[in-house]
Amino acid sequence: MVQQRDTATFGMWMFLLTEIMFFGGLFTSYLVYRHSYYTAFVEGSQKMNILLGAVNTAVLICSSLSMAMGVRAAQMGNKKLMVILLLITIVFGFGFLGIKGVEYHEHWENHEFPGPNFHFETGDPAHPATDPMHTEIYFGLYWVMTGLHALHMIIGIGLVTWLVLAGMRGAFSPVYYSPVENVGLYWHFVDLVWIYLFPLLYLISHKHS
Amino acid sequence: MAQPQQHDDEYTHVVPASLYIGIWATLMVLTLTTVLASFAELGWANIVVALLIATIKGTLVVLFFMHLRYSPKLTIAAVIASVFFLFIMFSLTMTDYISRAWSTYGGH
Amino acid sequence: MATAVQPVVERENYLNSNYGIKSWLLTTDHKRIALLYLMSITAMFWLGGFFAMMIRLELLTPAGDLLTSDTYNKMFTMHGITMVFFFLIPSVPAVIGNFVIPLMVGAKDLAFPKLNLASWYIYMVGACLALWGFLFGGVDTGWTFYTPFSTSYSNTHVVSVAVGIFVVGFSSIFTGLNFIVTIHRMRAPGLTWNRLPLFCWSNYAASLIMVLGTPVIAITLLLVAFERLFHIGVFNPQLGGDPLLFQHLFWFYSHPAVYIMILPGMGVISEVVTCFSRKRAFGYEFVALASIAIAVLGFLVWAHHMFVAGISMYAALVFSLLSYFVAIPSAVKVFNWTATMYKGSVRYETPMLYAWGFIGLFTMGGLTGVFLASLGVDVHVTDTYFVVAHFHYVMVGGMVLAYMAGLHFWWPKITGKMYPEAPAKLSALLVFVGFNLTFFPQFILGYMGMPRRYHAYPPEFQVLNVLSSAGASVLAVGYVLPMIYFLWSLRYGKPAGPNPWNAVGLEWMTPSPPPTYNFDETPVVTWEAYDYEHQPQEEITVGH
Repeated sequence: MVQQRDTATFGMWMFLLTEIMFFGGLFTSYLVYRHSYYTAFVEGSQKMNILLGAVNTAVLICSSLSMAMGVRAAQMGNKKLMVILLLITIVFGFGFLGIKGVEYHEHWENHEFPGPNFHFETGDPAHPATDPMHTEIYFGLYWVMTGLHALHMIIGIGLVTWLVLAGMRGAFSPVYYSPVENVGLYWHFVDLVWIYLFPLLYLISHKHS
Repeated sequence: MAQPQQHDDEYTHVVPASLYIGIWATLMVLTLTTVLASFAELGWANIVVALLIATIKGTLVVLFFMHLRYSPKLTIAAVIASVFFLFIMFSLTMTDYISRAWSTYGGH
Repeated sequence: MATAVQPVVERENYLNSNYGIKSWLLTTDHKRIALLYLMSITAMFWLGGFFAMMIRLELLTPAGDLLTSDTYNKMFTMHGITMVFFFLIPSVPAVIGNFVIPLMVGAKDLAFPKLNLASWYIYMVGACLALWGFLFGGVDTGWTFYTPFSTSYSNTHVVSVAVGIFVVGFSSIFTGLNFIVTIHRMRAPGLTWNRLPLFCWSNYAASLIMVLGTPVIAITLLLVAFERLFHIGVFNPQLGGDPLLFQHLFWFYSHPAVYIMILPGMGVISEVVTCFSRKRAFGYEFVALASIAIAVLGFLVWAHHMFVAGISMYAALVFSLLSYFVAIPSAVKVFNWTATMYKGSVRYETPMLYAWGFIGLFTMGGLTGVFLASLGVDVHVTDTYFVVAHFHYVMVGGMVLAYMAGLHFWWPKITGKMYPEAPAKLSALLVFVGFNLTFFPQFILGYMGMPRRYHAYPPEFQVLNVLSSAGASVLAVGYVLPMIYFLWSLRYGKPAGPNPWNAVGLEWMTPSPPPTYNFDETPVVTWEAYDYEHQPQEEITVGH
């Protein structure tokens, strides 16, 4: 049994390594363009809502706490506590997606979506947009990186929901809770990606604010 | 068959709730710090500070929430290996972009 | 005197333990999954071969008279995509690796049997998506999908084929993940890392690459799809993007991918050379570590595909230097195989013939790779037939020959029957002769300046092109014959015992074909790898 659960967890870690490289390609693209078009990136970043971004970061950290405590509850055989903590995690997850949705709506309304309808203005007449074409790349990366992250969140919420249903049926115990542990690993990984996305996309510089 | 491990691993070791809460509190404080630091005019040091804080937060998540601290050495080696290759992807790609301006052809 | 004819009761094995299509499509037995893969990749091989035939037919004459240039572009694109992603990358791992690795480590199955089945289904979905794109108009961007042509200008089914490759990448990732976990966690008692067959070491190294590299091409192709659909601008110079960023991301995977293709083949050669020299592997530790070194160093050299694309001179110097280093572990392996054969008791059965072909042709392909690593030479021959010849020497002369060697070596284990030796030797000869006739002229053509991916060429290149196309037809016969005699052997082949080659290894200590759970009892390993000194001399079985 020890060998089996160690193996399952090792398998999940292997999968998370692939996710690191998957997002890594996007971070590489970000690195290249930030290096080449720094001013355009700074200007684009001013349009990010730092408050909402920071709140979302806090929401994810809280969800990680509830997830970790949920795994701990499973480890100790406390079925009711585990289910409650996992439900709290799901609520935080939806909270994150809701706030993200609000942000996306605002960016969409402001034509900050790459494509033929893209339109970017700094909103400051003293400092007009230096390089809207390159800021479009910034927004392209913003949408793809946060969009892919949000997709992973949705999958994570689905997985935690499955844990709740299985948990309520009594599937887990102190000798068998590796699905809870492994979904937890996935959930924390998604949090980890956001920990890097937030400063890189939202906090580039406030020179113009 | 492998013998059940005698030392703490991520399965036999139960992390105290207080540790989790302490990590959570640290992460919240660091989030606030990174937001405030971004308002300071530090020039090139801004990005360094931001990434440093993010890495500290990330390390705490990986070590404690993801139990890497209590995991077999193999898992730790695997994580380090993938981070290594991630850095190879970043750094060797950047050798191209950083050095493009070093030689100009025809004054372009 | 009448003798009562006793009905032969067939021993229960993985093939006859269950009947019906459901028992195959819902199997979690690694051996059955290996056969599912065998059927899929064989079909894709012939599809890729069809595209190759169109290319070689067109190139019989200097004028572009058989196909339009657009259609020709589609032919070489689909040839490359099919052969690389749908044949070569899965070939040895998904067919031979899936079958043999659990046996070699003494396990009942892989670590995650259901994930293994999912891998095959994911492969099939990816293949169907790509085939859909092929059938409804094809794709003409080259298998390398360079931007901005693929993102902004091509009018072909780029998105469906790119998504098909994205999907099949996950098949590769899950197979690699399964192998890594199996080799770490499921070895039989006594099977230390230093006793592990070199085939396991090689597949382990290839699996590391599969897990770490494939996700990067996944995100890259996704970005290409997004660029085509939403015009993000990441790769389009008109929108401020850099086409070279695509190339960096693409080659970050696709260079290590060539090592995903060759390493399992090298693993096969290690097994075949030791068995048919009846000697332990010379420098076992060096060969094992060389596999890991190839995997690691392979990640550091990708921009040697971009020397003339516009990267900076300084980056080119760095990548050129690193590319020289990656040749060293491959050379170590070639020397070690050669030293293994020295003073060995060498036999000439078909697997060994393919192994010899591999060693010679892979060496030529590898050396020409070193020529290409040299910046000065590369500027002259890049994008010519020299490069085409180089990679076909390593991938066909190397990898396909290794795949054939492995199929012939483990065929008795997989099917319980021997293939007929005489036609097999003939096929090996036809493949060797046909291959060299096809691709050696291409080195000369490239050096003389014939560009790749063109359907028309100056008349002075025709003789060599005709030789090349003639060689291709000989090669094709060499591939058709095994299809025939392998199928023949299923019914009429000489029955093989558990160890027809008298080889050392756990897979040879179980019946042919093996029972579903591989071993009656978990074996305990007390011998070193390739312990041929202590292997009793027995008559080997040869099919006829």
